[in-house]
Amino acid sequence: MKRALLAIWDFIVGDDWVTAAGVVVAGAATAALQSAGVVAWWLIPVAVALLLTRSLARHRGS
Amino acid sequence: MSGSQSALAVSVFLACTVEAVEALTIVLAVGTTRSWRSALYGVGAGVLALAVVVAALGPAVSSIPIGALRVSVGGLLLVFGLQWLRKAILRASGLKALHDEEAIFAREAELARSAGAGAPGSRSESPSPSLDGYAFTIAFKGVLLEGLEVAFIVLTFGTNQHDVGLAAAAAAAAVIVVVVAGVAVRAPLARVPENTMKFVVGVLLSSFGTFWLAEGAGAHWPGGDASLLALIPGIGLFAIALVAWLRGSAAAVGVPGAPPLERLP
Repeated sequence: MKRALLAIWDFIVGDDWVTAAGVVVAGAATAALQSAGVVAWWLIPVAVALLLTRSLARHRGS
Repeated sequence: MSGSQSALAVSVFLACTVEAVEALTIVLAVGTTRSWRSALYGVGAGVLALAVVVAALGPAVSSIPIGALRVSVGGLLLVFGLQWLRKAILRASGLKALHDEEAIFAREAELARSAGAGAPGSRSESPSPSLDGYAFTIAFKGVLLEGLEVAFIVLTFGTNQHDVGLAAAAAAAAVIVVVVAGVAVRAPLARVPENTMKFVVGVLLSSFGTFWLAEGAGAHWPGGDASLLALIPGIGLFAIALVAWLRGSAAAVGVPGAPPLERLP
């Protein structure tokens, strides 16, 4: 059971959980802003740029 | 055929063409880079699941919360896409060996054999004789989501005009045209260098994931589906800029094997 859960985690999240968490946060923030009446289609593309850059910078630093 | 019937047929045909092209793009991408067999199994399973959903729910299918579906599928696609894109950028910049996935695949296959199990769901990016869970899942989700959107279009347009049969025929024609076009471009796609194709797949998955996740979260893209025409090249250009940035770093610290700049995807 534990191995199966780890395999699912590895399949979905991979070796950079911060990126996956960032995607979830960006989606939630978009929904929150939209429900508050703020146009937020731009938020996820910005989050993608930041998350990708952060992930690569982390690899570059190592 | 009356004017309103023609308008219905043309509208449904065009709308369903867009949805079918989106599904085809995903299937071609994972089929070319991962495994055609697994991708086609995913297509088959997606079509089957779609048929079951539509047959079970009929016109009530339009009550399925498409927003929730888009959030979950879009979020997963985006997470997958960013993983692909990051690896492709690292390979193109010379910070990751181009063929290290083959060694990983061989190691994982050996582990699977020693454990007495196959390797479905393996995250290896090399062609596999067993079912490739990644290609299967991505193709399945792409076909199911876009198929549901086609079903929504047919049912909403068709019900409005009291001609679901004509709407369904127009949708079927759109899907057939797109599938024929997809078969025609499959061979040329296979000649594209592997890492370049993986780079493109990462861009496409990230773009579609971004698009669906935002739509599912309630955002409305300027220009609707047409915004993908800006989103895809935008993410692609950003990824190429990241490759150039990393290549500069690799050259500064003397990392061997960095490909020349003109070979970037």
